[in-house]
Amino acid sequence: MPSFCGLELEHPIVNGSGTYDVIAARRAFGEALIESFPFSAFVSKTITLEPRAGNPPPRLFETPAGLINSIGLPNKGLQGYLERDLPELAALPVPLITNVMGSTAAEIAALLEAVDDRDEIAAVELNVSCPNVRTGLDIGADPRELAAVLDAVRRRTSKPLIVKLTPNTADVALVAEAAEASGADAVSLINTLRAFAPAVGPDAVAGEAWLGGGTGGLSGPAIRAVALAQVSAVARRVTIPVVGMGGVQSGAHAAQMLGAGATLVAVGTESFRDPAAGARIRDELRDFSAKSGSFAR
Amino acid sequence: MSAPFGRRRLTIGGARRVGAYVVLAAPDPGGPAPEPGQFYMLAAAERWGGGEDERPFLPRAFSVLRATGTDPPTLEFMLEDVGPGTRRLGELVPGDGLWVTGPLGQGFTAPGEGRRALLCGGGVGTAPLAIWQDALLASGREAPALLGFRDGEHAEGAGLLRDARVATDDGSTGHHGPVTDLLVAELDAGTPAIVYACGPPGMLEAVRALCEARAVPAQLALESGMACGFGACFGCVVPTRDGSYVRLCVDGPVLDAELLAGVPAH
Ligand SMILES: Cc1cc2nc3c(=O)[nH]c(=O)nc-3n(C[C@H](O)[C@H](O)[C@H](O)COP(=O)(O)OP(=O)(O)OC[C@H]3O[C@@H](n4cnc5c(N)ncnc54)[C@H](O)[C@@H]3O)c2cc1C
Ligand SMILES: Cc1cc2nc3c(=O)[nH]c(=O)nc-3n(C[C@H](O)[C@H](O)[C@H](O)COP(=O)(O)O)c2cc1C
Ligand code: FES
Repeated sequence: MPSFCGLELEHPIVNGSGTYDVIAARRAFGEALIESFPFSAFVSKTITLEPRAGNPPPRLFETPAGLINSIGLPNKGLQGYLERDLPELAALPVPLITNVMGSTAAEIAALLEAVDDRDEIAAVELNVSCPNVRTGLDIGADPRELAAVLDAVRRRTSKPLIVKLTPNTADVALVAEAAEASGADAVSLINTLRAFAPAVGPDAVAGEAWLGGGTGGLSGPAIRAVALAQVSAVARRVTIPVVGMGGVQSGAHAAQMLGAGATLVAVGTESFRDPAAGARIRDELRDFSAKSGSFAR
Repeated sequence: MSAPFGRRRLTIGGARRVGAYVVLAAPDPGGPAPEPGQFYMLAAAERWGGGEDERPFLPRAFSVLRATGTDPPTLEFMLEDVGPGTRRLGELVPGDGLWVTGPLGQGFTAPGEGRRALLCGGGVGTAPLAIWQDALLASGREAPALLGFRDGEHAEGAGLLRDARVATDDGSTGHHGPVTDLLVAELDAGTPAIVYACGPPGMLEAVRALCEARAVPAQLALESGMACGFGACFGCVVPTRDGSYVRLCVDGPVLDAELLAGVPAH
């Protein structure tokens, strides 16, 4: 039973933000989804202050053992989330982690305050893969920038704060240290790697983008080796717990993430291939741990 | 009825060629009977990957062509080889494993009082119209089908429906020209109709525009690139008339034509 930011969780497998819409999944699969719920905590997709429609299609491009997405963070906005989604998410059999993103400290502060009021929410994950409107740089790409934002907002919520790091930075461990120093209770990584999908098909022009949003982010098994390197680099430099993710497809992969220093492991793209992948990975990890004894939990 | 949670492994029971297409059949002991217009996400259980560009990686969406028999029902799918995923599925032979998730999405709904159904399809868009024609005929309605194909070899797919009228691009079989020529004649014949259509984007857009101009209701089964098929990735969106997006896998693949200002090119 992993203990994570004061939450006692049944097992180490959670979902990656933005890769599982339980409300839609329940429409497709009914109560069986709830009865054998794959994750020990549910992470919402990224919520912003205002509603977002997301990027124009195409939004997906398949690569060797991976996926480039340019979804564009569509969401109902903070009010829509609290009023329409939260009641159903709160009824899930596991704790709820709400993922939020803002492009200024003021926006992030408003999101954290709103979330702080709601007992249904166990913890907040802050997605810092968002360009700062002033500098144009991703908030999470630079340790000083991230520290400045976190210092300005950290006290707005008393809930555990997980900072979802961006892998698109020179030294992710340095950014993780800054997050810890500025009050993060945990860090999660890796988010998708910045990637370009070239136009394909008979009318394709070399240099043009396939994705409606221009560039995208790469996920899936193609990024697993990079994820392991980043998770282990971060885990060696911080004392707070780490949520490891990136290309996890099996219990053995989850064990590798734990071995790299993660406390929890998130499953993202693999759920697209099998909606119940999280449950399978959880069971495989349990068997794996029982056999090796090394990750007995 | 909801789909079983998670993908399940079926065994291919039959694989046959129908002209340019492959029809796969797989008994589905765990699954409920699909509704016409619903789809499944499919992947070969072995060697899914390592084809062109080291793909496929994700499962692929296929409309159910038919579900025959009970205890268990056998699912049939109609495939056209257009890339690494459809190529690999087209190689499967009886005894091979097939991962399926489904049935998924929203299918067709029955014609309103006093309207006759007109089925209009192109290419692999034939698939959902076959199971829908079965259901309409079983409920005692008429369900004439108009199907368009590239050439004579593809037009053999028309045999998957009952009494379909055919159009081909090259004139080798049936009417020489687009299937919408046949549709216009039917629509202008007078009796109030509702059109059920599935096919390539250009054809669907032509059907949509023809129906809109005549104030004829239409239900269009669209395609878009999908990663998950169950609403998880938000990748399969289609723009709607009101300027928002719908996820085709959960709100479709069958959409009321009224919802759309146009059928997107991909
Ligand atoms: C609801 C639904 C029902 C369907 N029903 C049927 C059916 O009954 N029968 C049938 O044959 N087909 C059906 N399709 C289409 C089928 O899913 C696609 O043809 C299939 O996914 C193609 O996969 P592929 O690997 O063979 O080809 P791909 O190489 O994936 O090519 C297919 C198209 O995808 C685009 N593309 C090319 N490369 C990439 C890439 N790397 N990443 C993303 N996109 C790319 C191009 O536009 C290309 O033309 C259906 C689709 C949907 C959404
Ligand atoms: C389609 C898609 C949507 C995603 N949306 C979000 C999001 O809204 N917020 C976020 O923090 N991460 C998002 N991610 C990143 C994932 O949570 C995860 O960090 C990444 O995909 C790596 O894990 P994986 O390889 O197991 O998918 C998204 C990933 C994908 C593929
Ligand atoms: S295919 Fe993933 S949301 Fe529709």
